[in-house]
Amino acid sequence: MTAFLDTLGRVPPLLAQHVLLSAAALLLGILISLPLAIVAARRPRAGSVILGFASLVQTVPSLALLALFYPLLLWLSALVGGGIPALGFLPSLIALTLYALLPIIRNGVAGLTGIDPAVRQAAQAVGMTPAQMLRLVEAPLVAPVLIAGIRTAAVWTIGAATLSTTVGQPSLGDMIFAGLQTQNWALVLAGCVAAAGLALAADALIGLVERGIARRRRPLWIGACAALVAGLLLATAPLWHRAGGDRVVTIGAKNFSEQYILARLIGDRLTRAGYTVRYRDGLGSAVIYGALGGGDVDVYVDYAGTLWTGPMRRTDVPDPKAMVAEIGRWAQATSGVRLIGPLGFENAYAFAMRGDDARRRGIGSLSDLAAAAPGLTLGSDLEFLERPEWAAVRKAYPLRFKAMTPYAPTFMYRALASGEADVISAFSSDGRIAADRLTVLADPRHAIPSYDALLLVAPGRAKDARFAAALAPLVGRIPVSAMREANYQVDRDTGKRTPEQAAGWLATRLGL
Amino acid sequence: MPAESLRFDAVTKAYGETRAVDGVDLSIAAGSFVALVGASGSGKSTLLKTINRLIEPTAGRVLLDGQDVAAGPAPALRRRIGYVFQSIGLFPHMTVAENIGIGPRIAGARPADVARLLDLVALSQAVAARMPDALSGGQRQRVAIARALAPGAKLLLLDEAFGALDPVTRDALGTEIRALHDQLGLTTILVTHDMAEALLLADRVLVMQAGRIVADATPADLLGGGGGAAAQALVAVPRQQAERLRAITA
Repeated sequence: MTAFLDTLGRVPPLLAQHVLLSAAALLLGILISLPLAIVAARRPRAGSVILGFASLVQTVPSLALLALFYPLLLWLSALVGGGIPALGFLPSLIALTLYALLPIIRNGVAGLTGIDPAVRQAAQAVGMTPAQMLRLVEAPLVAPVLIAGIRTAAVWTIGAATLSTTVGQPSLGDMIFAGLQTQNWALVLAGCVAAAGLALAADALIGLVERGIARRRRPLWIGACAALVAGLLLATAPLWHRAGGDRVVTIGAKNFSEQYILARLIGDRLTRAGYTVRYRDGLGSAVIYGALGGGDVDVYVDYAGTLWTGPMRRTDVPDPKAMVAEIGRWAQATSGVRLIGPLGFENAYAFAMRGDDARRRGIGSLSDLAAAAPGLTLGSDLEFLERPEWAAVRKAYPLRFKAMTPYAPTFMYRALASGEADVISAFSSDGRIAADRLTVLADPRHAIPSYDALLLVAPGRAKDARFAAALAPLVGRIPVSAMREANYQVDRDTGKRTPEQAAGWLATRLGL
Repeated sequence: MPAESLRFDAVTKAYGETRAVDGVDLSIAAGSFVALVGASGSGKSTLLKTINRLIEPTAGRVLLDGQDVAAGPAPALRRRIGYVFQSIGLFPHMTVAENIGIGPRIAGARPADVARLLDLVALSQAVAARMPDALSGGQRQRVAIARALAPGAKLLLLDEAFGALDPVTRDALGTEIRALHDQLGLTTILVTHDMAEALLLADRVLVMQAGRIVADATPADLLGGGGGAAAQALVAVPRQQAERLRAITA
């Protein structure tokens, strides 16, 4: 219970971002929906196109809709010569706005077409202009139905806003995703309770506005509107005062424990150096490097092979030292990102099996695995099967599995333990490899590149001497054994620690 | 403002191949009470709506006091013409007083004298604050008449205005409308399918059939056997009803 209460402390800043994003998306959605609803009600043919589009948007899963705007905005930004942020607030706002359209338009159209034709005829006959008819007759008659649609849109938007975490926009989803990853259920619960509470409060208040207007009780709906505005201001209060612009740094992390721990380790050092630190957790591999280049993230840890095969599109597998040097040159030249240095350990993709199972089948390398694969099931993390490493491995070893299933990393290890998967795409720095007595398969043909952990800094921080000085002691300092143990403290099922605690332990262990 | 005179010049309204109104030429003197009678689909309502441009004719023109009604903007024209129709169309979100006052309000004129208008249509002052859904059918139609007269209209168009009312209310309201017509010096055109109503209220009865005016006579002429076959077929209905009623008591 105390763990839960502790995590509640993380709610206010995230709630502020969540409310700001949801409110902005809802307002924009209303502004776009109203004229569209009027056009749709007046012209049935245009109406079926408009409603068809809004329904189509609705059928796209909200997570996919958010992800879709990253490449789209990148492309658009390249088209106009840069300057459009592809991560964070903008893609979230666009996706959520699109998501809010359908209920508002649909209710608006239903309200407008539901008006008694006799009332319209009377409005015409007394000499109303179309504008007067809209203002004096249609708007007041449609308002209750329309507001019911806005109410639905508000609840949807607040719910879907939790997913904006994945495109780098802070929201209550940060707590849910981070908690899910590290199996910190108190964190998940706090995030869910806060998001649900917010949705319920918005639903109740907009419900009062709806009732007040339907029953023509002016004090009721004006009071409810005032309460909505007051709630909005109160919830976003933490965003008003920004501690000294330049001194605020954003530390990025992908969506697994090692990344959370390293982010806190970096954060603690920067805090001690006098910076105000914010975290952006749960960013996907595909977006985080772009976020660094664009300055949305100031510093994070990536892995040599990920950059090599991903943004650099390289297929050769050179010697690790040469690879790191080449990455440093490439990052500097293409986006001004500065490579501070490797941290000292590697977190490579590694195919792992249950130790006893591997021995019984006589599998010790990927070559051995190729022969046995048709009878085995591969469990992978969510992105591995789409990654170039997998393509490279398949080219080097003719692997054909009976089945392949992607899991969130935590559940991937469980699937291996329970026998649902026979082979997994593990990570070499994962503490669970030793703890679960897994066998890591050798890669005799060197299909998988090296995955040295690299400390990367945004272009805007590249010349900040104090910043570099705070981070320099981390370079070459972290052995894989220490990283594995820190990871295991967070990932294990009993006696779990938070990423903050594990980062503290790691700092002490390294003598930092 | 004097009661207005109306003239139709070869007014035609076609929907594809069908001609709802087929080349109507007609003059209506200021101050007259004219009934336009015909079966459903004869074009009488369509002809009426060409006056306040709820329907724009395909050909021909309508002159109001010598001015083509199509000359200015439609809203300005409609604010000078009272229009009352069968489905009433009170604004459900406005009180009775707001409904009555809507014409002057949208025209930016002096607010309507709601109390006088309520008196005019024989409604008590108490209904002013009520919402339309709290009124009976007859009361609603009275409010609609008050709303039509509020901007000071001198031309009143009644489009099956009493069609949905019970016979007692209908009879009473008909009589009151005739009295209002005389008292305010209106020009009134009543569209109805009920020949008895037309004969009892109007100075002049027009019969429409398939978009054309086939009879034009005074009630006395019609009762005397004039106006032609189509008109006499309609007059025969109430006459035979009256005779059958008399036979029962005899």
